[in-house]
Amino acid sequence: MPSTHTFAAALIAAFMLFAPQAMAQDADADARGTTPESQKGYDIAARSDRTDAGFSDSVSKLQMVLRNAAGAESSRELTISTLEKESEQVGDRSLVVFHTPKDVEGTALLSHAKILEPDDQWLFLPALKRVKRISSANKSGPFVGSEFAFEDFTATELNKYTYKYVGEEACGDLTCDVVERYPRYENSGYTKQVGWSDQTDFQLRKVEFYDRKGDLLKTLTISDYRKYGTVWRGHKLEMVNHQTKKETDLLYGEYAFKTGLEAKDFEKGVLKRIR
Amino acid sequence: MAAGKRSGFGIAAALAAVLGAAAPAAAGEWDISGSLGFEGRFFLGDPKFPGQFEGHQPSMLVEPDIRWETGDGNHQFVLLPFFRLDSRDDERTHMDLREAYWRGIFGDYEVLLGLHKVFWGVTESRHLVDVINQTDAVEDVDEEDKLGQPMLKLTTIQDWGTVTLFAMSGFRDRTFPGPKGRLRVHPYIDDETSEFDNPNRHGSVDVAARYANYFGDWDVGVSVFHGISREPRLRLAPTADRLIPVYDTITQAGVDIQYTKDAWLWKLEAIGREGQGNPFGAAVAGFEYTLYQILDRSWDLGLLAEYLYDGRDDFELSAPGDVSDAAPTAFENDVFAGTRLALNDSQDTALLAGAIVDAETGSTAVLIEGERRLGDSWFVEMETRLFLAVDEEDALTAFEDDDFVTLRLTRHF
Repeated sequence: MPSTHTFAAALIAAFMLFAPQAMAQDADADARGTTPESQKGYDIAARSDRTDAGFSDSVSKLQMVLRNAAGAESSRELTISTLEKESEQVGDRSLVVFHTPKDVEGTALLSHAKILEPDDQWLFLPALKRVKRISSANKSGPFVGSEFAFEDFTATELNKYTYKYVGEEACGDLTCDVVERYPRYENSGYTKQVGWSDQTDFQLRKVEFYDRKGDLLKTLTISDYRKYGTVWRGHKLEMVNHQTKKETDLLYGEYAFKTGLEAKDFEKGVLKRIR
Repeated sequence: MAAGKRSGFGIAAALAAVLGAAAPAAAGEWDISGSLGFEGRFFLGDPKFPGQFEGHQPSMLVEPDIRWETGDGNHQFVLLPFFRLDSRDDERTHMDLREAYWRGIFGDYEVLLGLHKVFWGVTESRHLVDVINQTDAVEDVDEEDKLGQPMLKLTTIQDWGTVTLFAMSGFRDRTFPGPKGRLRVHPYIDDETSEFDNPNRHGSVDVAARYANYFGDWDVGVSVFHGISREPRLRLAPTADRLIPVYDTITQAGVDIQYTKDAWLWKLEAIGREGQGNPFGAAVAGFEYTLYQILDRSWDLGLLAEYLYDGRDDFELSAPGDVSDAAPTAFENDVFAGTRLALNDSQDTALLAGAIVDAETGSTAVLIEGERRLGDSWFVEMETRLFLAVDEEDALTAFEDDDFVTLRLTRHF
């Protein structure tokens, strides 16, 4: 009979690095659009995207804090390793390993991101020693009970959206460009996102997510930016769901870059080494 | 304790010596955790066979988890003992080393020596290709609990796939409930008196190989095993008061395939086995389809169905001293249907319900499970199994009065 352990497959699915997705891509004519507003929006997003080029690989430990409407908290600890894509034709590879809660310790998710097709994803369930290929169709579903949807992690590729420049606005001490983006991929839970990226370091500071009915669903605030060489990383990501009043914080520890990870460290076969 | 007669502990001792020698060599990292479980198994009906206990079966589980690895992660030492203390069935009170191994990673190659657990396969209702580890059948009837298997395992992970070679010694006897236990056949199986066609059961070496890779949306595994079957045939003792496990040397080839498309997982496992009665084939094929965010909530509903076929010889025992032609199975021609509900909340609440129905006799095994985390460190599980409309000819007939509910509370530390 099926074991309840396979439930974890449904609970722990896609988790890609939430960081500006790597590198400058060839401008996709469809993503760039035709109007001056859409082209300016695309160019601002592309400029932000390019600041991340050449990070090579990264490893970071983070804490995920879930807060319900009453303010009760629970937390999860995980390590994310990411390998920058080798070329424009393939996506990044990432490996997420859970440390807590203790009952899911060693559970791991391997993702091979694609540009247009669905990602390839495998889940490792340590109690059963089982590696299971899972569906990546669940774009708008919550990730491990959090307010982050799968697509909030995976759909950060520049060409997955069309854009519209809205204007500029003060954001803290900085000035931000405000750009709307519209998902081009299937199964998105959003009709629209509005992003604020600053004009100094070109980093994303805030994103608003609008649901399928067009109502404001969530706001993401990214802060505690630190610079590693030429690459920026936000270390505090706060997602607030305005409809459920639930919140999720992602608190990243220090990143390690260029750790020597290679494509073969992200093969399906390595999952069984984890625990 | 039933552990004394089990083999493989010599390897564990050797491993402990290796661990002792290597530990001071490099700055490494310890990871010590574990769990403590309290379980109540409640049988709903009176026992079918004389000598079996009635009612409630309280027990306790202890599973320490001790790991040490070198700073670079290339050498891992793992020790996972397992203890169950059962108040009603002496045979269920037992210990095991689920894992006790050293793993060395050398670039694309990996060596593992010690007791280890391996899983192969893709289907949910039955695990046909998964032949490396012996089933700890006294734990549960679902064949999901496994004993640690002593092995030398060599693995290479390449971009063209993963190849694994196994050499295994120190055969582990399958565990079975004792005469007082529920969920047993009648007469009970006496695992102290096993018979082997191989006169050198402890010294014999089982070998296995597996290739696994994925091609786009297809995940494929091919495996072969030659050695002592983990599944025994049964002999009715000349005194007719017990059954004796009879272990044959078999060769088994298996294939497991999964095709993943949108919200669909299509699965197939198939084996051919030779050396245990007439050569035969068996297969499980089916799908898993998930409806995401049903009822406008974060809930996911999975729908599962599988067909099970097994072409082995009929199980028959008539006179004392007889040996059955095949190992018993309940899955000659069966259909599994199930559903799985995941609430995607911070407590990972999940429910599973399913049934396996024999297409010929209608005999049905029902499973209902639920689980939820409490706080950060506690986990509560419920498992219910019902045996309905069981035909006298079906292998499930021995369990027909053994419907039960298990409640388990586990503290992780």
